[in-house]
Amino acid sequence: MSVLFIALPIALLLGGAAVVAFVRAARSGQFDDLETPPLRMLFDDRDEHSDKTC
Amino acid sequence: MESPILDRPKLSNDHAALQKTKRDVHLQCRHCGLPIPSGPWTWAAQDFCCSGCEAAYGLITGSGLGAYYEMARERRLNPAGEGARRERLQWFDDPDFLAKYARRSSDCRFSIRLALSGIHCAACVWLLEKLPQLVPGVNAARVAWAQSTIDLEWNTNATQLSRIAEVLNNLGYSPNPINEDSTRKAGQRENREQLIRLGVAGAAAGNNMLIAAALYLGMFSGMAGEIEQLLRLASAFVGVISLAWPGRIFLTGAIAALRTRTPHMDLPLALGLFLGTLGSIANAVRGVGEVYFDSISVLIFVLLLGRWIQSRQQRSAADAIDLLSRLTPRWTLRRTDDRFVEVPVALLRVDDIVQVRAGETIPFDGIVVTGCGFVDESVLTGESVALAKQVGDQVAAGTQNLRSALEIRALAVGIQTRIGRVAALVEDAARSKPKIVQWADRIGGQFVVIVMIIALLTLLYWSWFEPSHAIDRTMALLIVACPCALAMATPLAIAVALAQAARHRILIKGGDVLQRLSGTGTVWLDKTGTLTRGQMQMIDWYGDEKVQPIVAAIQSQSAHPIAIAMARDLSNLSAREAAFQSQIASVEQTSLGGIQAVYAGKIVQIGHRHFVENARAHGLDRFAEQVSRWLADGVTPVYVAVDRDVVAVAGVCDPLRADVQQSLDEIRRMGWSVGILSGDHRQIVAQVAKQLTIPANLANGELMPEDKVRLVQRGCENQTVVMIGDGVNDSAALAAASVGIAVRGGAETSLAAAPVYFAQEGLRDMVRLIRLARTTMRTIRWNFAASLSYNVLAVGLAATGHISPLLAAVLMPISSLSVVCISLMLPRDWSIDIPG
Repeated sequence: MSVLFIALPIALLLGGAAVVAFVRAARSGQFDDLETPPLRMLFDDRDEHSDKTC
Repeated sequence: MESPILDRPKLSNDHAALQKTKRDVHLQCRHCGLPIPSGPWTWAAQDFCCSGCEAAYGLITGSGLGAYYEMARERRLNPAGEGARRERLQWFDDPDFLAKYARRSSDCRFSIRLALSGIHCAACVWLLEKLPQLVPGVNAARVAWAQSTIDLEWNTNATQLSRIAEVLNNLGYSPNPINEDSTRKAGQRENREQLIRLGVAGAAAGNNMLIAAALYLGMFSGMAGEIEQLLRLASAFVGVISLAWPGRIFLTGAIAALRTRTPHMDLPLALGLFLGTLGSIANAVRGVGEVYFDSISVLIFVLLLGRWIQSRQQRSAADAIDLLSRLTPRWTLRRTDDRFVEVPVALLRVDDIVQVRAGETIPFDGIVVTGCGFVDESVLTGESVALAKQVGDQVAAGTQNLRSALEIRALAVGIQTRIGRVAALVEDAARSKPKIVQWADRIGGQFVVIVMIIALLTLLYWSWFEPSHAIDRTMALLIVACPCALAMATPLAIAVALAQAARHRILIKGGDVLQRLSGTGTVWLDKTGTLTRGQMQMIDWYGDEKVQPIVAAIQSQSAHPIAIAMARDLSNLSAREAAFQSQIASVEQTSLGGIQAVYAGKIVQIGHRHFVENARAHGLDRFAEQVSRWLADGVTPVYVAVDRDVVAVAGVCDPLRADVQQSLDEIRRMGWSVGILSGDHRQIVAQVAKQLTIPANLANGELMPEDKVRLVQRGCENQTVVMIGDGVNDSAALAAASVGIAVRGGAETSLAAAPVYFAQEGLRDMVRLIRLARTTMRTIRWNFAASLSYNVLAVGLAATGHISPLLAAVLMPISSLSVVCISLMLPRDWSIDIPG
């Protein structure tokens, strides 16, 4: 089990890297709008010119 | 009381009015979804309500974006062309404008953030983000729905910002530049920091729980001493980070509470966290005793989560919009060398002369120098009848010019105007309102004191009998006693309640509203628009019906509100008005309250009793019985005389809403008292109060906005005062009340002055809101009971030395989970309609 002496610090470092990435993303404003992005992914990208509803 | 035939929309392009009036028209505009007005006017194709919508429809479908109409199920669009006019959009190309608001990313590429009004559904987002397809030269368009803004990037070689703005405007979203002021930026920074704290706390809590799981398992199955020590040190490392970074706000909060000597929830939390961390560090380093870093990290995360939920509800883009700029127009026509040039209102100075066209809002306090017309001053006075203005008369900023263009010289601009002072009053009222102590904080405060005493007793007791365990057990007690579930209970229940309310189109900003509404108090109502429709209507007609088209044709020549109402309601009865129009001659409006005209050689007089009496008309007594009945009901009689013989009489009034009586009865049954605060004439208010059985001492008329604020504030001293009124006209009183409820005007603007907005007209929502408040408070009490009993149990076990880390780890999530479940099961029966 002595592998833990290396694995645990590495795991914590990886977690720390994720936290740093999150902080940078939040500071740059990527989480300012939490309402539009979940909608955006619902829009279908269909062939726009074949769509004639009139 | 109302005749259904007469209740028809106005035959004009006034869409706002169209939306307000009840309609019996079935055809819907293919673009904006509003009913297509029926009547003498017919559009070439009956698919659109106006030419603007037809153009917008053509633009959207022509660009292959017709799918928009499938997405936008519930369309409530701003009809196209209602926003800014083309010439005012030219300002968007001004180099100064671009320098101030836009960013230049390369030689010909610019980007800008614009505020758009009217983004209200996913389909809007979709359409707006397809802007590059609609306007060649736009590189990118990103919408932030919550903020109602769009980020644009465009190429100046291919298009100009004014062209983009024009397309946005034609689609019905009127664009405005955004002032990135300091408060807004500070708010944004605070939001980000809050989110970062939450994220870091979450990461620390997750990691620490994993480490703790390993430690617990090691206790059962055995674990090598050095591995255990490693895990404990790693746990200490993560725990210290979570206390020193996201958890720091609890420590600073506790220090502030100590300084002001008020028991605050932060105090035991900070003490528990701090002691727990210190003791656990000591234990971790020594390698004996328990460590509580997992509990500490999870506690910090859960507490921050509760606060984040709470502040998300309270945050509102509307806060940034200041009142004054909502009430006055942004652009106006200023006279410069005999020409009128469109300028931003902010540039106006005293003695400038501007032209205000019919339907526009007057930008400043001033004196009429040319023209005469009618001005609607209801913003300031609440008076529903428009006032005649001529050269030399004073007009006020924020009031609306109704019929013909006026030229006005400025006497006061900006915050010097009367409406500016009212706006300042609103801000003062909002600031000076005593912030009621949150129930949770109050209970929490008492809880703090009790936990401290028990902790001290525990420490003393175990120091005496078993000194080696004294510190450990006190620490365990402080940790398990931390009101984790208590902190979650209120915000979560309120979040669920607000979400349910929003589904019924009751928008609530801030949860303390529910707490205040759960008791009893006084509800003040504004008459116009709340109890009544705020629009004159012809409700009855006695006598010769053959003269109706003639009356309509004559009345359509006048700007008097009664004349407008009669012309509108009568022309719906008959489409032959145009045929009569040509035969009418010498229309003459008199100052006696009447109008006189010649039709086919006969003199026709329409007006108040004293007008026809003055004209020596006879036959007034013929209608005495109806007229006396009308007068008792507050209906104004309008006489029609042909060749000095009274042939008919029409009843005109601002009718009460159908649901009002029922709702009022229900509100009173729940223990609230109800009164009226109105700017309208005293007698009219008394009449309405009598119909609704409101006692005379609670029916106040002829009030200025300042008077309303005073009356509301006086009541606020010893009870809850609810003010229901117009989000614009009554904003000062709304801000002063314990709970202000806006019922008209746009949601965004109303929420700046009042914490509650009813999207549906009428008072039914008030009944629902009170019921919801009571249900929510009951749920919160249940939550408190549940989490307090867990805490009592845990404290008891800890004080007697029975709590093990495992038991603490089991107890804490169970108490949180039960609170979450109780909150999510908030009953929904508050929303059912009032019986009867």
